[in-house]
Amino acid sequence: MATTTEPPGRSPADDGDLAELEAGLDALESFSTPRISLLTRLRRSVLPPAVAVLLFLGIWQLVWALHVKADWLLPSPAETWREAAGSWSQWDVGTAVFNSVYRGLSGFAVAMLIGTPIGLTVWRFRVVRTSLGPILSGLQNLPSVAWVPIGILWFGISPATIYMVVLVGAVPSIAIGVVSGLDQVPPLYLQVGRNLGARGFSAARYILLSAAAPGYLAGLKQGWAFAWRSLMAAELIAVAPQLGPGLGQLLEQGRNNTDAGQSFTAILLIFLAGIGINALIFAPLERRILRDRGLTGRRA
Amino acid sequence: MTTPDIAGVAEAIPHHTTPHAAESADAVRLTGVGKTFGRTDDVPVLQGVDLRIAAGEFVCVIGASGCGKSTLLTIIAGLEPASAGEVAVPAGRASLMFQDSALFPWLTAGRNVELALRLRGLPRAQRRTEAEELLALVRLHGAYDKRVHQLSGGMRQRVALARALAQGNRVLLMDEPFAALDAITRDALHGELTRIWRETGIAVLFVTHNVREAVRLGQRVILLSSRPGRIAREWSVDIPQPRRIEDTAVAELAREITADLHREISRHGDDH
Repeated sequence: MATTTEPPGRSPADDGDLAELEAGLDALESFSTPRISLLTRLRRSVLPPAVAVLLFLGIWQLVWALHVKADWLLPSPAETWREAAGSWSQWDVGTAVFNSVYRGLSGFAVAMLIGTPIGLTVWRFRVVRTSLGPILSGLQNLPSVAWVPIGILWFGISPATIYMVVLVGAVPSIAIGVVSGLDQVPPLYLQVGRNLGARGFSAARYILLSAAAPGYLAGLKQGWAFAWRSLMAAELIAVAPQLGPGLGQLLEQGRNNTDAGQSFTAILLIFLAGIGINALIFAPLERRILRDRGLTGRRA
Repeated sequence: MTTPDIAGVAEAIPHHTTPHAAESADAVRLTGVGKTFGRTDDVPVLQGVDLRIAAGEFVCVIGASGCGKSTLLTIIAGLEPASAGEVAVPAGRASLMFQDSALFPWLTAGRNVELALRLRGLPRAQRRTEAEELLALVRLHGAYDKRVHQLSGGMRQRVALARALAQGNRVLLMDEPFAALDAITRDALHGELTRIWRETGIAVLFVTHNVREAVRLGQRVILLSSRPGRIAREWSVDIPQPRRIEDTAVAELAREITADLHREISRHGDDH
């Protein structure tokens, strides 16, 4: 290698070599996530749960065949299916599903509108965090069914009672999600943001909120789960004709009619509605957030 | 291509202090700068640092770990106040780059660059073209839509460099930006940085613990002592560019500087 005792001119060849070297390095070291065909994706995402469901049904069938419980207490899968299919044609099951999902989602939306600013306030102000933080986690641990009697005393058996229980169930999870999402933002991002000129509102808008999105979404998911189970608990207890049918009421009806098939059907519907909302709303959001950030958890 | 734009923007940035005719050539001016964390009677991290960086100059700072190199940069960047002395950046403001590219993973490479342009107040219509030009400047044509996790470490640092240039500042502060890269990539990026520094004419303050890297890149090399961080010695590097890290002249000066660096570090062993 030549030593540079005298200034060698900046040869274009040197620059070209560098460009080629770099292009080579880039090609070797970067990779793009391969697109997977729809068929492969379906096989990967649908097949395993389908097998799991079949296994579950098989075990159910087996337990039924062994006559552990009387037929009217533990109906066979086929009997439950007939019951579900039969009752579906009655108008009130459709209404029950619609009512419950509507109550769940609207209650969740309101919980989001309340929980998010609470979370932001708790995160932002130390005094609020030390005073309100423990109460929030306490409320999150408290089963929200506990509020049903108070709700009935205050509002009677009315939608207000049901919504109150849903809110008490979902708001703490959402607020805690906001706090933990923001807590996990790497300080380096904030430093870079400040250097880029993001301060106050623009820092929150362009950096903080985006950076906190994964934690926030986790909080929302948990908030939905809490909203849904709180709703079921409230509906199960608060039964009145003026409320109209809901899935919780359907459960209770099954008990009153000593019809285990109906209760099983209701459980199945509650289960399906819960995972349905998750699959339609939260899973796509989560997939997108994680894929953009390269956090698919898959090994490269 | 991109150079006139950047220069134009820098002129538009209002100066914090009205520079005197003789001083206006300074990009950064530190006078007696000190920094103490915690109690005031603790050993200062930085003490009496006088440093001038001329417009368009490339200065490297070396020193052992904990000598306050990074603190010096955060003070110049305005992220941390100095405890003593005066800090002036007559050229406007300074852009900052770290060992971690700190690219925002929720944005594409191009959008990362655009965010800097947007926060600078550039109208939407210009952002896309400007961002693409800056990516081309760091030889990443076509990486606009790439996600951060799809880029190699070297590519990330180049996007981070494009983002720093997008801020339109005439001073670039670099805190060990290549320390986490493999030797081949680092070598290539030395060439890139030298080229971009020449094309844009910005002043660079480059912090590293790699003496050869400092000699390979800088016009001046400054040795910072530890606890307290002071300017211990300074060399001007008269080896013409383009240099290579394996050049004999680079190695010779690096050996001399390393000897001083070791002496500086050994001094602390006597304290105990």
